[in-house]
Amino acid sequence: MIERISNNQLYRLIMANVMELIREPGVLFWGIVFPILMSLGLGIAFTKKTDVITTIAVTGQNHLIGKPSDTLSVLLSFLRTNKAILIKNEQGLVSRKLTVTDDKLGNTHFIFTAMDWKAAMVLLKRGNLNIILDEKDGKIRYHFDPRNPDAQLTYLKLSKLLTNTGPVVKEANLEISPLTVTGTRYIDFLIPGLIAMGFMMSSMWGVSYAIIERRSKKLLRRMVATPMKRSNFLIALISVRVLMNFIEAGLLFLFAWLAFNITIQGNVAALLLLFIAGNIAFAGIAILISSHTAKTEIGNGLINAISMPMMVLSGIFFSYHNFPEWSIPVIRQLPLTMMADGIRSIMIEGAGFTETVYPVTILTLTGLIFFMLGMKIFRWH
Amino acid sequence: MNSPYVIEVRNVVKSFKTVQAVRGIDLNIGPGQFVAILGPNGAGKTTLVEMIEGIQQPDHGEIRVMGKPWKGNETYLRQHIGLSLQETHFVEKLTTWETLRLFASFFSIGKDRCEEVLQMVALEEKRKAWVVNLSGGQRQRLALGISMINMPKILLLDEPTTGLDPNARREIWAILRKLKDQSQTSMILTTHYMEEAEQLCEYIVIVDHGKILKQGTINDLLGEIQDIPVKPAEIRKITLDDLFISLTGRHLND
Repeated sequence: MIERISNNQLYRLIMANVMELIREPGVLFWGIVFPILMSLGLGIAFTKKTDVITTIAVTGQNHLIGKPSDTLSVLLSFLRTNKAILIKNEQGLVSRKLTVTDDKLGNTHFIFTAMDWKAAMVLLKRGNLNIILDEKDGKIRYHFDPRNPDAQLTYLKLSKLLTNTGPVVKEANLEISPLTVTGTRYIDFLIPGLIAMGFMMSSMWGVSYAIIERRSKKLLRRMVATPMKRSNFLIALISVRVLMNFIEAGLLFLFAWLAFNITIQGNVAALLLLFIAGNIAFAGIAILISSHTAKTEIGNGLINAISMPMMVLSGIFFSYHNFPEWSIPVIRQLPLTMMADGIRSIMIEGAGFTETVYPVTILTLTGLIFFMLGMKIFRWH
Repeated sequence: MNSPYVIEVRNVVKSFKTVQAVRGIDLNIGPGQFVAILGPNGAGKTTLVEMIEGIQQPDHGEIRVMGKPWKGNETYLRQHIGLSLQETHFVEKLTTWETLRLFASFFSIGKDRCEEVLQMVALEEKRKAWVVNLSGGQRQRLALGISMINMPKILLLDEPTTGLDPNARREIWAILRKLKDQSQTSMILTTHYMEEAEQLCEYIVIVDHGKILKQGTINDLLGEIQDIPVKPAEIRKITLDDLFISLTGRHLND
């Protein structure tokens, strides 16, 4: 019996794919370690409450160290009143640091730095600061890009600060109730996106590229010159990739659970069904992409041409609602969007089978249609 | 009626876009016969062999293998054909043994035959080595071993020693000579090495520009070229090279 299994071509093909996969350290790094590192980095960056340091350029004379022109003397006296610390940086620029503490929103350190207009513009272009202050007709003027949300936020905080007459250093935000419960954090949004992206990238590179490479090296042609069943070749390649996808997703979820206490709010079986449908969709797309070309350079281009737009549009890292209104219905139909939204709805919103029927059906159909199209033009030689 | 030939090629023509690769070739090969198809690069050798392998379809003409056309008999014919393509790259991170086992499984062949083949191609010591770590000669011996794993009735080798050093080439020749002595396998070998054709095959087919220029046993062919003038300074054994030059006006390796 064991001998029969070990001589079986499907078993041998599966084992060949498994061996090839586990003997390639890059596959393990990019498939498992990299998504975990990414979730760790982004999770820490966007989930933990950290102090915000905002640099503000103050143009004009050296009014922050006590020799103000008439212009910004109001600002200087305000900073002195509020015990802003005088600091001098490596470039010799003189700054005053004013800290606004907030136990709920986190502390904000405003660093007012005196510099000329030209130096301020250089730093603005480099993204080191996003707002410049000067004075006209006895009033403080704010210079910033109104389309830059960070600059807007700085302006709102700063204008509130400078128009306040009372002490602001110990201001407490009693009216704000921060949402830090599971399901509402950035990491809760991110992890489902990373899982969906992992499924797509893994199928694209693991199936498409593997086929194109075997074709370019004439291995595909050599194999089909034997009595090997062509279906077995594809079944082995796709099934090993699907297995790997589940392992990658499982490890990423395990990490997210341990590090960020992420849990699945909805139906686990529905989530697994969605994973299978997503695998079918991406495997189908991968087969179509790899159906004809024997050049790995063209394969690279095709894989990037399909996966990159989806990575940008499908709301993996940030919501796709920032795109124009007309494009949202189109973006929602992309396989990666459908999968990421589906996983989010189950993991975060507690969705079950009913809510999953639509994405599962569409993803499965997409996969089957693309697979059939791919097989119609598939070149084995 | 049973054919006495294992390969019959009748007036076969094949074109690719603007290039006519094969322009009407007839060829018969009997059981146990080793045939060399000799010609320079671009002569149409590989296309001819690919049509015999069933990978390419002729535009015109007929090919029968073991008395059967490819159409409708693919599964049967593939069981009995062994082949080695020009520059096949096997999976780099599989071992020699795993690669043999993989190809053996396509024929439902077990590990005993893999052991035999491993010994035949002298790769026992490389059993656990990854393909990527094999030398060019060792890889080519592995390819040859894979082509023989199913004890084929017909062996098709497309330039099996191209790019190998003389030692590695001689090792391949030794394996093939042994095969000839011990089996009834018929072989077609394409090459542009005159010496290889002379060493291994009793029947030579010289092709160029998609056509057969001459075919016959080595003695027949050499007998035809006794009249080729040889300068006194070049007194030596007349070879197939001289015949090729007299037929085409250029060297095989041009």
